[in-house]
Order: sequence, then structure tokens, then C-alpha cells
Amino acid sequence: MNDKWSWDYVAEILPDLLRGLLVTVQATALGAILAYALGLVLALLRRSQIPVLSQLTWAFIEVIRSTPLLVHIYFVFNVLPQFGITLSPLTSGVLAIGVHYACYTAEVYRAGIDGVPRGQWEACTALSLPRGRVWTAVILPQAIPRVLPALGNYTISMYKEVPLMFAIGVLDIVGRAQEAASESFRAVEPYTIAGLFFLALSYPAGVLVRRLERRVGYAQ
Amino acid sequence: MIRFDKVVKRFGDNVVLRELDFQVRPGEHVCLIGPSGSGKTTILRLLMTLERVDSGTIDVGGECLTHMQHRGKRVPADEKHLRTVRKRIGMVFQQFNLFPNMKVLQNLTEAPVRVLGLSRDQAEQRALELLEMVGLRDRADAHPSQLSGGQQQRVAIARALAMHPDVLLLDEVTSALDPELVADVLNVLKDIAKTTDITMLIVTHEMGFAQDVADRVLMFDQGRVVEQAAPGKLFTDPDQQRTRDFLRAVLERR
Repeated sequence: MNDKWSWDYVAEILPDLLRGLLVTVQATALGAILAYALGLVLALLRRSQIPVLSQLTWAFIEVIRSTPLLVHIYFVFNVLPQFGITLSPLTSGVLAIGVHYACYTAEVYRAGIDGVPRGQWEACTALSLPRGRVWTAVILPQAIPRVLPALGNYTISMYKEVPLMFAIGVLDIVGRAQEAASESFRAVEPYTIAGLFFLALSYPAGVLVRRLERRVGYAQ
Repeated sequence: MIRFDKVVKRFGDNVVLRELDFQVRPGEHVCLIGPSGSGKTTILRLLMTLERVDSGTIDVGGECLTHMQHRGKRVPADEKHLRTVRKRIGMVFQQFNLFPNMKVLQNLTEAPVRVLGLSRDQAEQRALELLEMVGLRDRADAHPSQLSGGQQQRVAIARALAMHPDVLLLDEVTSALDPELVADVLNVLKDIAKTTDITMLIVTHEMGFAQDVADRVLMFDQGRVVEQAAPGKLFTDPDQQRTRDFLRAVLERR
């Protein structure tokens, strides 16, 4: 048996690492849903006719984008409780990553909406379509397919940034690997497997996104 | 039906319309001709409320489009006022502007259902009649991207008619088409001009079409009406040198 790599040890820590994987996937999925939804809301607020609303949204987006995710994670977990809002580590992490990435997806949606030709808006005016229908029936159905690849790329980034939540005690893949390594003083196996877990999902997801990009490209 | 009173429109320093006055009677077919940049398209866009006047007023069907009464004062129209007046107006664009995410049929039913409050069945029946009229009934389930430019434009005409407009604005509707597709579109429009009493304002470079369909032709240059007359007179014996030059240039281009 090679003393640099022990399969027995791998077998021992694998269940914990898989539990960590599950947490990472969960955090990514929930964070992504929040980022997609809130991002769209921010993009629409940014376009609001009410100047105060669009300026506040702009400021919020700029502040979040100019500060690190780790700060947002600490902020939600350590500062919000002082205002009476106490959340579990995982919920705090999901909230932080979701809001953080919403400020990026808002830009993606903005570009997608701006990409809808002006003639589409004019046709809506010529038909007197009500404002809500203009968005739900004409503009968003054309904008969203274009932004799917970019949303996919941000989802992959989110997946790889979930380990930051270990800072507030979320036992994701890296958290579990770190635990195993510090208990056994063996670091090679846990970190290697943790890396492989990331690769195993990120790479295929990246390939899918690129395929989607090509399809969206053809469709236009 | 339509009345422009001292309408001024500027884009930055560029004055597109200079105190323009003109009127269109109900049911009249008026062609607007002139060099590009002379303000023809701007007239249609002002009527469709895609642009706002800088000064002057526009009335449509006895209602003021550009202004409204607010607490006894005359103020620029707000969005709500514009919405009520522009329901009487339909427009067909140079670039068709069909909704690519909807099938042909839904392009024709969306506004009648959402704006006029028709039931889906009523709207579909009416849509199929209109598609029949433009010769595309069998393409109701196609997506716009599967149609030729000429077919898309005929769908766009049907879509505008589905809203029962009193006024139809046609903005260079054949300019983006391959030459062999132009005739079908123009035939549909001639048909509409003959069989309906819709008031039509037509910006076109197709002088033969203008001759056929227009009651009156307005020659524009630099934001002013240079000359207006029945097509028989204006095309054969124009009064103004500017009109003669323009017509010669258009005819030589073909």
C-alpha cells in the first residue's frame, strides 16, 4: 500500500464528503433560484420610470458588485442577528450568495432586454398592448432564451464559491474535506476528492452551457 | 379624420417637421412621397405616438392626440390618454416587427384578446378570416421565422387590421422586401383600399402603387409639404421643380 494514497481512508471519508456534496448542490440550487428571480426584479427596478427607485437599485447593485462575497456571507450571518434576524449558517450562505449573484444576473437580464429590437416595443405600442403583457408576452420570452447561457455560467461560478460558506460553519464539500484532514492529518485524499467533485459537475455543466450558447446563437 | 396643426418636431438641432399643417378626410388614401429625411416617416410615428410633438397639435377622429384637458387646462397628453386615442390607429412597419416568439395565429389574436376583450374563439375566427384575405390561412401555425419577408409583411398587415383601426399607417412596407415579393404585398393593400373604408396614410417609394391607390399625393421636402395633388396630376404634371427632380430621380433608380 502506498502511504501517500490510501483507498481504505478514501472509503472511510467518502460518505461524509458525499454529504458535503449534497449541501454544496443544495446551496447552489437555492442560491441560483434566488439569483435568477431577484436578478430579474433588480433589472426591472433598474429600468423603473420612478427615478428614486432606479437610482437606489443602481446603487445597491454597484455596492454589492464592488464588495467580496465573503463579506456578504459574514454580514448576513453576524450582523443581521443584531437586528433581530437570526438565520442558520446554510440559510445565511444561500441568502448571501443569492443576493450577491442577483447583482450580476441583473446585468445579464438588462443586456438581454436591451437586445430585444426596438421594433418589438413599437409593435406593442401600435397594438396598444397593456404594459404587463408587453413584458410577459413579448419582451421577456425573447430576452430570456438569450440570457440562459450567461445564467448557466454564473450558476457554475456559484457552485465553486459555495465553499466560502465554510467560513460560517456550513459543512459543504470543502468543509467536510477540511474536517477529515484535520482529524486524520491526511490531506491528500480529502482535498483531491473534493476537487474531483467540483470538476465532475462543473466541467459537464460548462460543456452544456457552451452547447446552449451555440443553439441560442443559431436561433437569432 | 386626421388634422396636423402647426406641428413641429425636432431631433436635437435637426428640425424634421416645420409647422406642418395638413388634413386627411375619413376614408381617404394619402400617399406621402419625398426624399429620405424629409419627415414622412416622422408623421406616421407621431400619429402612432412613437414620438411626441415639440409644438403644435394633432387631432384624430375629432379627438386631440397630443394634448388633453386636465383641470380645465390644456396639457400634453399622458400615457393613459395616448392609449385611448391610439386604439383607433394601426401601423405596419418597414421591418414587419412580428413577434418571433409567437406563432402567426397568436400574433393576430394577442391584441384583440388583451385589448379589445374578444374571446379566444372570436379572435381566432377573425384572425383566420384575415389570414385568408392576405392569402396565408394555411400558415397560421407557422412561426414568423419560417415565412418569407413578403409573407411576414402580409401577416403584419393582417395583425394591424385585427384591431379594427379607423386609420392605417403604412411605413415603407415594401422597402425591406426582395423585388419579387413586393407585388403580393401591394396587391393585398390595394384590396384593402378598395374593400374597406379605412383611412390610409402611406409612405412609399412605389410610385406605381401610389398612382393606383392614392386619392391624394403629398410631396415632402425638408419638413414641409412642397406640393399636393391627385396622383394623376402630381405624377404627370407637377407644378414644382423640386417634385419633378424627385420623380425623375426615383424613376431613374429602377
